[in-house]
Amino acid sequence: MGQVLALDSLLHSRQVWHGRAVPAPSGTQPTGWPMLDAVLPSGGWPEHALTEILLPADGVGELQLVLPTLARLTREGRPVMVISPPYVPYVAGWEARGVVMSRVDIVQADERDALWAAEQCLRSASCAAVLAWPMKADDRSLRRLQVAADTGKALAFVFRDRRHAAQASPAALRLELESAPTWQVRVRKCRGGNPPVQAVPLASGWA
Amino acid sequence: MLWACILLPQLALDGVLRRRPAEDEPLVLVSGPAQARIVHAANAPARAAGIYRGQRLMAAQALLQQFAMVEHDAEDEARWHRLVAAWAYGYSAEVGLYAHAVVLEISRSLNLFGPWPRFESLLRDGLTSLGFRHRIALAPTPHAAYVLAGVHDGMAVTSPQILREALSPVPIARARLPAEATQGLPSMGIRTLGQVFKLPRAGLQRRFGGELVAQLDRLTGDEPTPMDSYRPPDAFEQRMEWTHEIEHVEALVFPLRRLTGDLAAYLAGRDGGVQRFELELEHRSGAPTRVTVGMLTAARDAALLFDCARGRLDRLELSQPVTAMRLVARELPPFVPAGRDLFDTRPVNAVPLEQLRERLRARLGEQAIQHLRRTVDPRPEKAQSASVTASWATSPETLPRPTWLLDTPCPLRGPPPEVLAGPERLETGWWDGGDIRRDYYVVRTAQGQCAWVFCAPGEPGNWMLHGWFA
Repeated sequence: MGQVLALDSLLHSRQVWHGRAVPAPSGTQPTGWPMLDAVLPSGGWPEHALTEILLPADGVGELQLVLPTLARLTREGRPVMVISPPYVPYVAGWEARGVVMSRVDIVQADERDALWAAEQCLRSASCAAVLAWPMKADDRSLRRLQVAADTGKALAFVFRDRRHAAQASPAALRLELESAPTWQVRVRKCRGGNPPVQAVPLASGWA
Repeated sequence: MLWACILLPQLALDGVLRRRPAEDEPLVLVSGPAQARIVHAANAPARAAGIYRGQRLMAAQALLQQFAMVEHDAEDEARWHRLVAAWAYGYSAEVGLYAHAVVLEISRSLNLFGPWPRFESLLRDGLTSLGFRHRIALAPTPHAAYVLAGVHDGMAVTSPQILREALSPVPIARARLPAEATQGLPSMGIRTLGQVFKLPRAGLQRRFGGELVAQLDRLTGDEPTPMDSYRPPDAFEQRMEWTHEIEHVEALVFPLRRLTGDLAAYLAGRDGGVQRFELELEHRSGAPTRVTVGMLTAARDAALLFDCARGRLDRLELSQPVTAMRLVARELPPFVPAGRDLFDTRPVNAVPLEQLRERLRARLGEQAIQHLRRTVDPRPEKAQSASVTASWATSPETLPRPTWLLDTPCPLRGPPPEVLAGPERLETGWWDGGDIRRDYYVVRTAQGQCAWVFCAPGEPGNWMLHGWFA
């Protein structure tokens, strides 16, 4: 094997298959966080796809991440479904961030029905975004949500505990929120590009 | 005047077949007294085995070992007849019932439903989806349409001039003349209607009475046909009964689809909607199980009605096997179709938002979907409500408010948090006994969460967690 082969000649002889770069999806769904938009390959949320948001604990700013998007969608008059949230959405807080609450349907469902409800909402193609907090979602059920989001051309957000980060996920975008020492978000996976190495700092805004 | 006749040659059999899933098993309707049972109708597999209408049941049993046997019910047949009439009422205001047939006046409906070929295929599609075999003919008089439908499926005679010509070759046996004439004319050597038209009227009248002449006049349109116009009833009621007992809810899905489909056809004919209907599941003994299906707005789409009813049925635990199912709809409010944007960009297969909400409510319960709104009450527990009667706040909230609220406050555990803002004193509620006196703070926990906590005035440290700035 002392022979030296030029790489170019190998590629030109077309005996080596090389994958093509996936064209970057053009996005029309900015997250509302310019720093985050800048690092995401689609310039915002992946369209018609599932976004998984991993949390160290409840209340670390996971809603701050999506509320600008919800505000934009509801102001356009498009419906948003919130499916079995872990706490009661506090209207004053949501409205202060620009969300039109009359466009937000809060669906109460038990654990098993929550995934069903999320899938129905996504598949119906009449919701702009669906938020869900599945407790025991496995790879299969997340894949169903991903397919449903694609069918119904909706944004799907799934909030899960950080310990699921080790599991494989069919989500098009995986974000991990970190609250200490500073509030920042780390992109774990993003379709259409390599995830950035650096965490993206977010401006803390409790008010 | 143009009349379309929909002849239903197998009404009784179709009525039985449509309540069971499609299968190739031979099926026979029987009637007659217990000693002399005869075959009333037989489906295609049974006919292929040589069973025919009017045959003795004993003979049929000798021909074929195994077949399903259903007692013919004339009342049942009449009900299906009325259902088709109710459906046809959606296409014309003048609908009449003939034996095994429905006639409708369509000259004024053509403007809406297009030229006759398109209208005809519309009728055929509707009847096929309802599960009725049919023959359709068009003629300037209802009686001629009735006769032509029996002779030639799909025949359309649009002008009175050629009607006589079209009727001429019709054999006497199928011309639906009075019974005496049907028997007497062939023995005189008269075999077709054309020959009858050529006979002198006076002779015919003397021989067969005035009824035959009047019938011939009605046939050709020389005399108007008296007819009782059909009027759809004000309530819908349809029942399905099985020979066997159904123990699982899943097996009710097929009959349910039929019943809701019938309801939708009836509502479309009446141009109405339904907001609330009842399903009664009858058992061999005891009171029937009642399932009420309610919707947010009046609807009449077959898929939506089925979806809602199925969602209610899925949650049902059957205590006893079901022998029959009845659908009753008494309140029929006017139906206002939902407007759709011409430039709507949603995909074609999209489920409308209303239908989605109905589907969720059907499975998750009536109260599953909430819209929260802010009330004028400053107490966090009562600052928002899903009920429609509360008084709503209009001015925006300027003080820091969290995005998550805990149902009931709980003690904040862990190391002492860092106070970011506060205090904000809430001292109110004296008017209804639920008075509170709290100092609210925004704090950051050791984990980095922003929390909305309160404590009794002047006692910071004993934090009670009430919300998250998530």
